[in-house]
Amino acid sequence: MSSEWPLWEVFIRGQHGLNHRHVGSLHAPDAEMAINNARDVYTRRNEGVSIWVVRSSDIAASSPSEKGPLFEPSNAKVYRHPTFFDIPDEVGHM
Amino acid sequence: MYAQMVKTDAPRVKTLDEMDPQERSFQERIDQGQKIEPKEWMPEGYRKTLIRQISQHAHSEIVGQLPEGNWITRAPTLERKAILLAKVQDEAGHGLYLYCAAETLGISRDEMYEQLHSGKAKYSSIFNYPTLTWADIGAIGWLVDGAAIMNQVPLQRCSYGPYSRAMIRICKEESFHQRQGFDILMKMVKGTPAQKAMVQDALNRWWWPSLMMFGPSDDASVHSAQSMAWKIKQNSNDELRQKFVDQTVPQAEYLGLTIPDPKLEWNEEKGGYDFGEPDWNEFFEVLAGNGPCNAERLGARRKAWADGAWFRDGLTAYAEKQAARRAGNEAAAE
Amino acid sequence: MAEATVADAAVDPTALFEFLLRMGDNTLILGHRLSEWCGHAPALEEDIALANTALDLIGQTQLWLGLAGAVEGKGRSADDLAFLRDACEFRNLLLNERPNGDFGKTLMRQFLFDAWHHLFLNALRLSSDTRIAEIAGKASKEVSYHLERSRDLVIRLGDGTAESHGRMQGALDDLWPYTGEMFMNEASDAVLAAAGVAPEPAGLKTEWDALVGETLSEATLKEPAEGYMQKGGKRGIHTEHLGYILADMQFLQRAYPGATW
Repeated sequence: MSSEWPLWEVFIRGQHGLNHRHVGSLHAPDAEMAINNARDVYTRRNEGVSIWVVRSSDIAASSPSEKGPLFEPSNAKVYRHPTFFDIPDEVGHM
Repeated sequence: MYAQMVKTDAPRVKTLDEMDPQERSFQERIDQGQKIEPKEWMPEGYRKTLIRQISQHAHSEIVGQLPEGNWITRAPTLERKAILLAKVQDEAGHGLYLYCAAETLGISRDEMYEQLHSGKAKYSSIFNYPTLTWADIGAIGWLVDGAAIMNQVPLQRCSYGPYSRAMIRICKEESFHQRQGFDILMKMVKGTPAQKAMVQDALNRWWWPSLMMFGPSDDASVHSAQSMAWKIKQNSNDELRQKFVDQTVPQAEYLGLTIPDPKLEWNEEKGGYDFGEPDWNEFFEVLAGNGPCNAERLGARRKAWADGAWFRDGLTAYAEKQAARRAGNEAAAE
Repeated sequence: MAEATVADAAVDPTALFEFLLRMGDNTLILGHRLSEWCGHAPALEEDIALANTALDLIGQTQLWLGLAGAVEGKGRSADDLAFLRDACEFRNLLLNERPNGDFGKTLMRQFLFDAWHHLFLNALRLSSDTRIAEIAGKASKEVSYHLERSRDLVIRLGDGTAESHGRMQGALDDLWPYTGEMFMNEASDAVLAAAGVAPEPAGLKTEWDALVGETLSEATLKEPAEGYMQKGGKRGIHTEHLGYILADMQFLQRAYPGATW
């Protein structure tokens, strides 16, 4: 029984200079072919100008069970958002 | 639908009180509309049901390439050929997105193929019907894609993150599929009498199988109830079928076609059409492998897979050699 | 439609028409062959990639045959030319009508053609006929990618397993006698070359040999010895395969004359 091509995660930067965004995954025997395959699979509708691929097994991810400790503490720090501060109308745009 | 009659292994749907704390908090998250992501805890039944449903959906996409693919080489104009090829290519893409979504649940694409090829996994009954004329290509886009969209739009809100995201991408791409089918038929009904007759004949053959796509009534099905509780199914089969009929009948009238159902009648009171019952015996026979094209469809998929083994292995071997050469070069450079 | 240019006046329209048919028929027939794979390729990723190449070729066909119809001036559209000519009026290379065979053979055929196509389109970008230069400009971007892909796969499969190597060598040996036709000059070629419309085919052979030779050696494949080369496609004398392609492709247009789709 032959072995399956490894899985790759595909990241594409669109036309407008935003960050690369995860768009999906695919199989390919190596990185070069993963990039070609990503071009053919994920940019069929003119979606991108740059492609990154990463072997899925090489991605380190935060653990879902730690979601609380990792992300909830920032909920309390509302002062990080500009809407926390009331600026009088007469001051104008800030 | 593209996933028909998916089993859940549930004897009945549990209430929150009957669940252990882990399962209860899982169900509460779903009830609140939160998404479940790949590595999070989930009940084994949820995981297995999703694998069945997503893989069946994926299989339907790639088997679904075949009946339409039939006509790519016979498309009547260069533009129609390009459109049809792009459409069937999209189906391969959709199959790919869906296989990847299922892979996040701990099954490989090869294992899913194995299940398809052995007959263990199912795919939609509709693709076991033949495409006999060019009008069938129009009818598939109009009716089959139309029916599929009914189901796929709500699936964008499915509770499982990767499936929901795949559906969002698919729905975005699929919006042209139904239109291209209708466009083929519009052109033909304005054409010669022979063309118009071809369209009516296609509708006669595809109407009932399209209604069967939604599956038999599942109001009493524990599997459907469980899938709805898990938000991996949003509407009952009858609801979607009704919606489909209500949407499609006026379109058929626009085309000047007759729906092949003597029982079809507008019901003012319910604000929808009454219609006849599909031949469910035929449906179950098709699912059991006795449709007109089951053997060809599965045969074509098996052949493509078997004939391609040397190709996939050849590329794997080259990638391994290259990696070894690179490692050798790096070692030599040190 | 396309505007008249200086070249129109200077070049024999029959020669120009013949040339445009060759370009369009090459892409039409090869695109048709590739589209036969849709749904049957060895991996989903390849199925999708090959369909992209086929779509590019069909798009190029619309441009080349569209221009051919305009140059001919008898009101024939690209579709008329594609669907209502018989085999003897087709001008594609015999290579492009060869049956697909296994996926490796399809890729080898693709590579041999892409290498030529790429070089030829690059030269056509400098055509004195701006309409041709424009189509070539658009097509050459697409074809650079076709070549990158087919070349890469030929190398990988040639240098893959013993089986993939054997299959690729077999494909190369079978297809090789159909490559000579790319470089054979027809009478009309001299006319076009003199007017700066298109290069003489023979002139591209050195570059093609280098590109192909280098690829085959990287693929660990053995270039077949120079031998007898098949010919005839450019004059409308085809293999039996073209008739079957057309029977498929032209079925609806022939069975329902005058119908629009």
